[in-house]
Amino acid sequence: MVEGLIGRKIGITQNFDEQGNVFPVTVIQAGPCMIFQKKTGKKDGYSSIQIGFIEEKGRKKPNKPLTGHSEKAGVPPPKILREFRFIEQAEVKVGDQFFVDIFEKGEKVHITGRSKGKGFAGVIKRWGYHGGKASHGSMFHRRPGSIGASAYPSRVFKGKKLPGHLGDNKVTVRNLTVVRADKENNLLVVKGAIPGANGGYLLIKKANFEPTAVPAKSTPSDEKKTEDKKTEDKK
Amino acid sequence: MSLMNLVEEEQLNKNLDPFKVGDTLKVHVIIREGNKERIQIFRGDVIAKRRTGAGATFTVRKISFGVGVERVFPLHSKMIKKIEVVRHGKVRRAKLYYLRHLKGKAARLKEAR
Repeated sequence: MVEGLIGRKIGITQNFDEQGNVFPVTVIQAGPCMIFQKKTGKKDGYSSIQIGFIEEKGRKKPNKPLTGHSEKAGVPPPKILREFRFIEQAEVKVGDQFFVDIFEKGEKVHITGRSKGKGFAGVIKRWGYHGGKASHGSMFHRRPGSIGASAYPSRVFKGKKLPGHLGDNKVTVRNLTVVRADKENNLLVVKGAIPGANGGYLLIKKANFEPTAVPAKSTPSDEKKTEDKKTEDKK
Repeated sequence: MSLMNLVEEEQLNKNLDPFKVGDTLKVHVIIREGNKERIQIFRGDVIAKRRTGAGATFTVRKISFGVGVERVFPLHSKMIKKIEVVRHGKVRRAKLYYLRHLKGKAARLKEAR
């Protein structure tokens, strides 16, 4: 139906598989999400749905535009609104809710979050430079080294890896396996690590999502109908 | 944290006997060799317990043919079939790493009563 959900990172722990091996898992509170707006090619130039993350506490001081916007959907103003693609054949209305059961166990997902900010970082932390010797009279410890020689090129190339701000970026981790999707508790467990601190907001998207595909649930009945028509035609 | 508990809860190995640091244990470990399974017993003193929840581990130390052997087990590993407490030791600290420097009679632990 819909490409994905908005969630919140709860924490990371570990699970055992049947062979007794340990693997890391991340616990996510995913959904419920509600459709706030449906954008259409006719009116907005492209088609998407705008969904909001429904939490116990909504936004504390919503501004007037947001208040009006969420009144249309009939829910308190959410802290976070995002747009997702959706299967165009599927009928979705403003106010429809989506739960974590859009994901299945074993499915692959892409997860986008905001990475932890590391502040102004040097080249070793930021770019993985090896650095110099710590002792034996070395005076070259964590420096970047030469950045452009005097005769040639006598300038610094664009994009040279230098110290600067690290982290606090939008980061997407692709193809994470869903270990558990529990609708009752709005719980999503994926294998591996995801960006950001605990409590950070995440976008969870299906790895192989086709916005033009026919929704899986309605395919058998559709086929029957077409078959029936064909047989009728033959008659 | 309730969602975290929900995930960790089902990983926990609840049938294990409780034990403390300083206890002598027989750890029944499942060993897989091809398709065969058998149980191996690792007997020794618990010298450390670390962390809580699904990631908890404990360290067992024994002297095997005069060589000190330590093995770290994940407490909730499915490869641990059973833990038998043979003897309760009387100890005054949580980590018994000092045993590594001791040999023979000095490395014994008094029994707790």
